[in-house]
Amino acid sequence: MIKNLTFLKPNKESLNLYISLGAVFFVLGIADISFNVFGFLPIWISYFVPLAFCFLGLHLIRIEFSGNKTLDVLNKNINSDWFNAILTIFAIFLLIKFIPPILDWLFFEATFVGSKKEDCTSDGACWVFINVWFERLMYGLYPIKEIWRINAAFIGLILTVGLAFFASAKTKKYVLMFLIFVYPFIMISLISGGNFGLEWVETNAWGGLALTFIISIFALTFCFPVGLFLALGRRSSYPVIRYASIGFIEFWRGVPLITVLFMASVMFPMFLPEDTYMDKLVRVIIAITLFESAYMAEVVRGGLQALPRGQYDAGKSLGMGYWRMHLLIIMPQALKLVIPGIANTFLALVKDTPLILVVGLLELIGMIDMAKTNPKWLGFAAEGYVFAGFVFWIVCYAMSRYSISLERKYKTDR
Amino acid sequence: MSQTIIQMKEVNKWFGDFQVLKDINLNVEEKQKIVVCGPSGSGKSTLIRCINRLEEHQKGQIIVDGHELSEKTKDIEKIRAEVGMVFQQFNLFPHLSILDNCTLAPIWVKKTPKKKAEELAMQQLKKVQIADQAMKFPGQLSGGQQQRAALARALCMEPKIMLFDEPTSALDPEMIKEVLDAMVNLAKAGMTMIVVTHEMGFAKEVADEVVFMDEGMIVERAKTKEFFANPKNERTKLFLSQIL
Repeated sequence: MIKNLTFLKPNKESLNLYISLGAVFFVLGIADISFNVFGFLPIWISYFVPLAFCFLGLHLIRIEFSGNKTLDVLNKNINSDWFNAILTIFAIFLLIKFIPPILDWLFFEATFVGSKKEDCTSDGACWVFINVWFERLMYGLYPIKEIWRINAAFIGLILTVGLAFFASAKTKKYVLMFLIFVYPFIMISLISGGNFGLEWVETNAWGGLALTFIISIFALTFCFPVGLFLALGRRSSYPVIRYASIGFIEFWRGVPLITVLFMASVMFPMFLPEDTYMDKLVRVIIAITLFESAYMAEVVRGGLQALPRGQYDAGKSLGMGYWRMHLLIIMPQALKLVIPGIANTFLALVKDTPLILVVGLLELIGMIDMAKTNPKWLGFAAEGYVFAGFVFWIVCYAMSRYSISLERKYKTDR
Repeated sequence: MSQTIIQMKEVNKWFGDFQVLKDINLNVEEKQKIVVCGPSGSGKSTLIRCINRLEEHQKGQIIVDGHELSEKTKDIEKIRAEVGMVFQQFNLFPHLSILDNCTLAPIWVKKTPKKKAEELAMQQLKKVQIADQAMKFPGQLSGGQQQRAALARALCMEPKIMLFDEPTSALDPEMIKEVLDAMVNLAKAGMTMIVVTHEMGFAKEVADEVVFMDEGMIVERAKTKEFFANPKNERTKLFLSQIL
């Protein structure tokens, strides 16, 4: 039977034999990476043994139209010719080399239980660090016994948003109005306190992930309408409005956010009259809002440009004025077109919030910076940043998925 | 003699240096059906787009239903609400269903209650025979159905005048007839219509008068029979000999 095998050209006559032979070589090659069975050979040979074995294995199972569905799909996608086979082998080598150490560090050798630095004796990550600092990372320097207020504010937010989702069309309108025009003030007065018997907590003490959310939510809600008006303004037929919008957009797009934040916190108060005071957090939120609204404006303008002139003609010919036409016909279509762009801007905004570090506000990343420089907890920067990366990823991925579901929902054209 | 509803006096229009309309004089009476024809680039579309001020004329006078159109016209929306228009490219709103396309303007511009607007819309859709498509989106309809929906949408505003800007030019030959039929029915119902079209059969069937335009000027205007049987201008003769 062996005689029937032509090793240079595997065929489907002895399919099973080829597959088993190929699998053996492949497994041997992979195993050799970990166990180095051929270590007794001179290094320049033993070094290439896994590669050669895997290559031979993949060559043996590369049988066109074998009739075996799994094999065909496999061959087509990762083993179509020798070059592809080598890429596949390298990819597998990389995974074998890097995934286990990462998993070890993250989980298998990591320390989860404990309360102080000395509990972390293993080589893996010291999640005790995150554990101990968790409240600080979430709530910043907010007084511990008042934390329920932040929780209440956010739980309330989630509940209202949930209500808006599931309410009937008629109540939905009111819930959304409440959410946009009333709830932010409830949220802020709950968190800042100062009345209703709540202790005043100044914004310097706000921080951690809660602050990330507060800034993001406010900046998102405000930058959207401002961006819409700027986009319309830039296409206005009145030169004053047009040039004002262009000037505004180009100014904010041309300045780095870090400069804007610095200006807002340091320079701006100098220009204010003596006795007026504006909270630093408010100034920062306004700065981020204006900055991002310039980007939003350009995204929305892209959608407006994409609409054919006939839509405007049709709107006008039905007797609609400028605002009605834009509200009912132009904006719904333009916004639908630029959902991915809007999501992009929103994600960028959320990920820009750590920059408020430069003006002394400490959101999640800022708190990690603080924790990792604490004399008792030196040397845990990696854990901190991995944790922060994970949290940001969760938030941003959720937003991204939501934008995709919106795209699907409003897809009516084909 | 019925009343004049559209009056155009010495209307001139330029796109930059290019003069598209040259001293246009055109009066249209109530319930009159006028077909405007002519070679492409002769200013036919611009002419009727001036009537609801989708294009602004620079010189001359246009009076629609007693209102003069100019920069000073404050209530241009009111005039437009009384002048329906059907476009070559349909221009339905792709994000709304056919029914919503038809009720949008009545509800938001004329403040018709939603229920009444929907009833009216269904009536109009029935007249153009696409009532069964009311819940579909424009993208799911054929060209002919879309154009009939666009006609129904314009009629839902109960306009006094209907303008048609080459309504069948973007359609397959098979679908042209269904749109023309709907237009013929509308004409028989007594609507004032100005139709830019190359469909001479339609012109012969419904038009009271035919206007022939070339290079931004009205070359000839005549009763339909007269126009086809006995054209006076050389340019008209040439045009007719080419398309008939």
